[in-house]
Amino acid sequence: MAESSTLAQTIRDIVQRHQKLPTRLLQILREVQDRLTWLSTEAINVVAEELGISPAKVRSVAEFYSFLYTAPRGSYDILFSDNITDRMLGNRELLHYLADRLGVAINGTRADGRVSVGTTSCTGMCDQGPAALVNGYALTRLTKPRLDRIVELVNAKTPLEQWPREFFEVVSNIRRADILLGRHFADGAALRAVLKRGPEAILEEMVKSGLRGQGGAGFKSAAKWQSCRNAPGEVKYVVCNADEGEPGTFKDRVLMQDYADLVFEGMTVCGRVIGARQGFVYLRGEYRYMVDALKATLQRRREAGLLGAAILGDASFEFDIDIHLGAGAYVCGEESALIESLEGKHGVPRIRPPFPTTHGYLNKPTVVNNVETFASAAKIAVEGGNWFASRGTAESKGTKLLSLSGDCERPGIYEYPFGVTVRQVLEDCGARDAQGIQMAGPAGHMISAKLFDRRICFEDLATGGSFMVFDQRRDILDGIRNFAHFFVHESCGFCTPCRVGTSLMRDLVDKVHTGHGTRADLEEMRKLGQIMRVASHCGLGQTAPNPVLDSLDQFPESYERRLRSTAFEPAFDMNAALEQARWLTGRTDPDAYLDEEILSRAMP
Amino acid sequence: MIESKLKVATCSLCGCFGCHMSLLDLDERLFDLAEKVEFDRSPLTDLKELGECDIGIIEGGIANVENVHTLLEFRARCKILIAMGACAISGGIPAMRNHYELKDCLEESYTRGIGLVDAQIPNDPEIPLLLDQVHPIHEVVKIDYFLPGCPPSADTIWTFVTQLLAGQPIALPYTQIHYD
Ligand SMILES: Cc1cc2nc3c(=O)[nH]c(=O)nc-3n(C[C@H](O)[C@H](O)[C@H](O)COP(=O)(O)O)c2cc1C
Ligand code: SF4
Ligand code: SF4
Repeated sequence: MAESSTLAQTIRDIVQRHQKLPTRLLQILREVQDRLTWLSTEAINVVAEELGISPAKVRSVAEFYSFLYTAPRGSYDILFSDNITDRMLGNRELLHYLADRLGVAINGTRADGRVSVGTTSCTGMCDQGPAALVNGYALTRLTKPRLDRIVELVNAKTPLEQWPREFFEVVSNIRRADILLGRHFADGAALRAVLKRGPEAILEEMVKSGLRGQGGAGFKSAAKWQSCRNAPGEVKYVVCNADEGEPGTFKDRVLMQDYADLVFEGMTVCGRVIGARQGFVYLRGEYRYMVDALKATLQRRREAGLLGAAILGDASFEFDIDIHLGAGAYVCGEESALIESLEGKHGVPRIRPPFPTTHGYLNKPTVVNNVETFASAAKIAVEGGNWFASRGTAESKGTKLLSLSGDCERPGIYEYPFGVTVRQVLEDCGARDAQGIQMAGPAGHMISAKLFDRRICFEDLATGGSFMVFDQRRDILDGIRNFAHFFVHESCGFCTPCRVGTSLMRDLVDKVHTGHGTRADLEEMRKLGQIMRVASHCGLGQTAPNPVLDSLDQFPESYERRLRSTAFEPAFDMNAALEQARWLTGRTDPDAYLDEEILSRAMP
Repeated sequence: MIESKLKVATCSLCGCFGCHMSLLDLDERLFDLAEKVEFDRSPLTDLKELGECDIGIIEGGIANVENVHTLLEFRARCKILIAMGACAISGGIPAMRNHYELKDCLEESYTRGIGLVDAQIPNDPEIPLLLDQVHPIHEVVKIDYFLPGCPPSADTIWTFVTQLLAGQPIALPYTQIHYD
C-alpha cells in the first residue's frame, strides 16, 4: 500500500513537471523508468490516469521504444553497441566476458535484480569502440580491465556518478576540417545577419548556396524553408533531426558536442525565416550524456539574448529551443516518424504527402533538417551563398562531414568538399587494403574496390556521412548479416513488406552464412529485395535490402563460396526437428529418423 | 487421342482437405479438366503410388515424418510443384501449435484429456513421428507456384490451372485472391 502510493506520487510529480502534456509522454516515461528501472502495468496506469489518456495508448509507446522496458530490468542496464564496427573491435568477446563475470545471461537480468546485460544497435561511437551504454550513458573504448572494474562497481552498488569519468569520455576525433568545422564562428553573427538583411535576403542566400539536406536525402534546403514560409498558419515549428541512427555515422554527435551554438543558431535563423517561435532538437537516446551540457548552452544563449524573447533586443524576434530525447528507435530518424515521436506517440511513419512543411508537428507547418544542415545554414547566413557554393560540385555545393570507422588507422570526422573520391578518403584515413566500403550506412550502398574512383556527391555516391571500411581480412558477409539483423530489429512493424521482408531476408542471409544456402536462395533474396524496395511504406523498408542486393553484385564470391552444390536446401534441420518427439515417445526405429540419404532427395 | 495428356498428382499433407474440397467445387469444369490432364496419385483417384508427373499440387504443411517423405517424393517426380492454400504456403492453422512445446501439445491431448484410459503419449512405430514445429512446404523443397487462399476458391483454382496449362503467366483477378 505504502509502496504503491509512493509510486503514484513519484509519477504524479514527474507528470506535473511536464505540465500534464500528452505530447511529453515519451519524456515522462523515460523519467519514470529512470526512477523505477522499468514500466510496470501499475506505473503505466498511473501515467495514463494523470495524463487523461488510455492505458493502451501509454503501453503502445512503452512497448515501441527499445530503451523503455515493460518487464523488470536490472538497476544497472548495460547494452553493448552491436554495429559491425564494434564487432571488428571485438565486442562479442567482451560481451560474453562481462556477462560471465557478472553471472548474468545475455539479454537477461541477474536474479538479484542488480544488473542486465544485452546488445543494442550502433550507439554512434564507432571511432572509439567497442562501446556500450549503462543506463543510457555512453561507455567508450571498452577493454577487459575496464570491464573488470565495472563488475566491481556494479557489485558494490556504486552510483554511476561515482564511476571513473574516463569510462564516459567521448572524444571528437576531428581529422580534417574545412569551411564548416575549420572557420571561426562568432555567436550571434548569423542572427545579426538575418535581423539586418531580413528573411527574404537570407532565403536568397540559401538558394544561391545550393545547400542540400545533409541527412542523406539531399532535398534542397532553401526550397523546404520557402515552402514552410509560404504555408498558411500562424504557428510553425523548426525541428532539428539529431536522431543519427544510421549505423556508422557519428558526425551529428560531434556537431552537437562541439558546435552546438552553430546548430542552435542555424535553427534560430530558420525560425526567423519561416516565422516559427519554437524549435525542437530530437536527440537520439544514445546521446543523453550530452543533454545537461546542451541545456546549459541553451540557457547561456538565453542569457546572452541569442534565444528566447526579444532576441538581440528585437521584440519581434522570438524563438526558443527544447530538447526531446529519443529512446532507441532508428525509424524515428525518418522525419514523419520523428514528428510522431515528438508528439509523444510511437514512431510510425506518416503517409506522405502531406509533407511536414505544411503538416508537421501538431499538424502545423514544420521544417525538419539534419544537424549538419542547420550548422551549414548558420554559416551561409553570415558568409553568403556564393561563398558556400564555391566549394563542391555542380549539383552538390559545399562540404560534407564523413564519419570514418572500421579498418583504418585514423577513424573520426573528415570534412571534405563534395566531389572527393573514395580513394582520396581512404588514403587520408590510412585504410591501406580496403576491399569494400559500406557507404551511407546499411541503408546506403556497399561498394567494392572497382568503384573507389567514384566521387562522393549527390551526382555519384550520395551519403548521409557513414563510411565503414572493410579490409581484406574481413568477411563481407559478416557485415551483411549484421545489417540484416539490424533491420529486423528496427523495422517498426507497420507494413508487411518490411516487417516480414526484413525477417525473411535475415533468415536467408543466415542460411547462406552458415553454409546451407543454394542458388535458389540467392534468387529468392533478389526477388524479395525487389519487393521490399517497391512495396515498403517508408525509407527504412525501401532501403533495408540494399546491403544484400549490392553485395550480391559487388561481392558475389562471398556468397558463392558458401553455397551448397545442390539447387535447393531445406530451411531447417529436419532430423533435429524430430528430437523432441523421439524423446517423448522413446522411439528409435528407423522411421523415427530422417537421414541424409532420404533428405538428399529434396535436392535434385 | 494422339496428343498425350499432362499428368497431375495431388495430395494433402497437414491440411484439412478443405483445399481438395475446393478442387471438387470445380464441378462440371472437372470434365473439361479431365480432357486436358490425367490424374495420377490423388485423393480423387485413390491411387496410392506416385508416377512421373508434370504437375504436383500440395495441400497442407509439414508436420510429421510422413509429410516429409511424401513431399520429397512429389518433388522428385513432379516437374512443377504447387503449394495450394494457406497451410502449404505458411503452415496455416496447424502451425498455431508452434507457439507451444510439442510436449505440452501431446500431453494436453493424450495425458490430460477427459475420459482417457491408460493415458500415455502414443509411441507406435506405425504413427508418423511429429516434427517439433509445423513448417510451410517451401522450407523443405523448392516450390514453383503458390496459390493463396483458405481454401483458394474453385474459380481461383480454375483460373490458375487453365493459365498454367495454356503456358501463360499467372494473373489472378483481384476478387480471386482478396477477401475484402
Ligand atoms: C529510416 C530513416 C532514418 C532516417 N534517419 C535520419 C537521421 O538519423 N538523421 C537525419 O538527419 N535524417 C534521417 N533520415 C532522413 C529524414 O527523413 C529527413 O529526410 C531529414 O531529416 C531531412 O533533413 P535534411 O533535409 O536536412 O537532410 C532518415 C530517413 C529514414 C527513412
Ligand atoms: S517500411 Fe518498415 S519501418 Fe517503414 S513503415 Fe513499413 S514497417 Fe515501418
Ligand atoms: S488452407 Fe485452409 S482449406 Fe486448405 S488445408 Fe489449410 S485450413 Fe484447410
